[in-house]
Amino acid sequence: MSLKYIEIQGVEQTFKTKKGNFPALRDINLTVAKGEFVTLIGHSGCGKSTLLNLIAGLTVPTEGVLLCADKEIAGPGPERAVVFQNHSLLPWLTCFENVYLAVERVFSATETKAQLKARTDAALAMVGLTPAAQKRPGEISGGMKQRVGIARALSMEPKVLLMDEPFGALDALTRAKLQDELLDIVARTHSTVVMVTHDVDEAVLLSDRIVMLTNGPAATIGEVLTVDLPRPRNRVALADEPKYQQCRKAVIDFLYTRQAHVEKVA
Amino acid sequence: MVSAVFHSPLEVAPATKAEPHAVTTVAAVPRPAPAPVVQFKRGWDLRFLWTNVLPPVLGLVFLITVWAVVAGTGESGIPTPLETWKQALEVFSDPFYQVGPNDQGVGWNVLMSLQRVAIGFGLAAAVGIPAGFAIGRFEFLSRMFNPLISLLRPVSPLAWLPIGLLVFKGANPAAIWTIFICSIWPMIINTAVGVQRVPQDYMNVARVLNLSEWKIFTKILFPAVLPYLLTGVRLAVGTAWLVIVAAEMLTGGVGIGFWIWDEWNNLNVASIIIAIFVIGIVGLLLEFGLIKLATLFTFEEVKS
Repeated sequence: MSLKYIEIQGVEQTFKTKKGNFPALRDINLTVAKGEFVTLIGHSGCGKSTLLNLIAGLTVPTEGVLLCADKEIAGPGPERAVVFQNHSLLPWLTCFENVYLAVERVFSATETKAQLKARTDAALAMVGLTPAAQKRPGEISGGMKQRVGIARALSMEPKVLLMDEPFGALDALTRAKLQDELLDIVARTHSTVVMVTHDVDEAVLLSDRIVMLTNGPAATIGEVLTVDLPRPRNRVALADEPKYQQCRKAVIDFLYTRQAHVEKVA
Repeated sequence: MVSAVFHSPLEVAPATKAEPHAVTTVAAVPRPAPAPVVQFKRGWDLRFLWTNVLPPVLGLVFLITVWAVVAGTGESGIPTPLETWKQALEVFSDPFYQVGPNDQGVGWNVLMSLQRVAIGFGLAAAVGIPAGFAIGRFEFLSRMFNPLISLLRPVSPLAWLPIGLLVFKGANPAAIWTIFICSIWPMIINTAVGVQRVPQDYMNVARVLNLSEWKIFTKILFPAVLPYLLTGVRLAVGTAWLVIVAAEMLTGGVGIGFWIWDEWNNLNVASIIIAIFVIGIVGLLLEFGLIKLATLFTFEEVKS
């Protein structure tokens, strides 16, 4: 677990806007170990998603370097799969085809068509969507769409799974169910995960470490909390666990006392 | 709905589609309602009649009334609806006769016009759609061609006709050229706009998966742009059908536009009115077909 897998060194991100430069992130230093589950938490607008996009390679930092497995992250790639906030499934493809597109891209050089299909089926089965494989995204619920998005990301056997508020748009019950599924999947696949969230319970339940960002502009890492709870974790049992309560308290304290969000009147 | 004047197949189509016994009630509406008691029992039917059947029928009655009043003043020279109707029966009794190059049935004229539109429009689609994709995908091309498009698009179709005559030295290719140049702009512009409006999320998926340009085109760009593209096609066909009449009037030969001009020279105004209806109906059918086609290819998030 001590192996450095993702390294973020002195990263700074400034966006050019019409009103001049907008500093989004400054002085970000973070390492993520292989198999670790890290969540990024902070108030909206603090640059959580910006940081995730940097790791994904969708944007390049203004300053600093990001490394993944000792290689500089120069652009997006299938070894760093992204689960997008709004699922981003292609509406004209069936669930199967959406996943197959990813599988085909990563494995078509080395595997037969039958193997690719088997991989796709396996990925859909993992998220419990085998019956919906031939449906289009428009015909399934929001939670199912998000599961297809997760299946698509996992099907690529990525080194790192990046999730941008994957459950943000779901209702509380569906969210809890998908969190449990995600815990289960991560335990089986030993994936390295970086996840953006604004939900304290979600962060404590899922993470090995919680990275708390200060308020923007020019946000940086305010505090890192290690969640020392044994796995497998059960949300019902955890509710009474004092350590769980302590972690929860620490994050809430950071978010609402020290980084109390002041809405600026424009 | 205009088609009801002729009782052409189009009138039958919506009626049969709506409901079996709606056919009989359509005819009943313009007369004073014969048995209101019976209709009250079928409340649903009454509402359906009120919202879906009555308004278009009233519109038609309005048009024919205005027409009859204008024609009835006697000095305008416009034939009455009844005279036109009689003439129409005659014209449509043999739409495909062929006496000479300048005397052919209305069916041939329409088909000739449609053929010119098809060729001109097909060429425009073959050039305009790929051009639209290129302009939409590459910022440089967009900046390069946008001023040209803005400059040339508002030009009246007929201004292009002399250029066509000069270059192609023939009436038929000149007419096709005019169709081509007029119907190309909506396709270029709509395709380009469609490409520029492909949701960034989809492009992010393409980037994360590192898809090849070909895969991006077939799996993301083309399906995402298709609804925009089909709107462009629809506008282009509409324009082409507008332009063909004017172009044929000037170039002669066989075609619905030429037919109008020919009948005008014969002072046969009833035929001109018939031609107006025929042009309208054909345009309506083209539009209707393309809308059906467009809905087939429209998906959830991109539904207009």
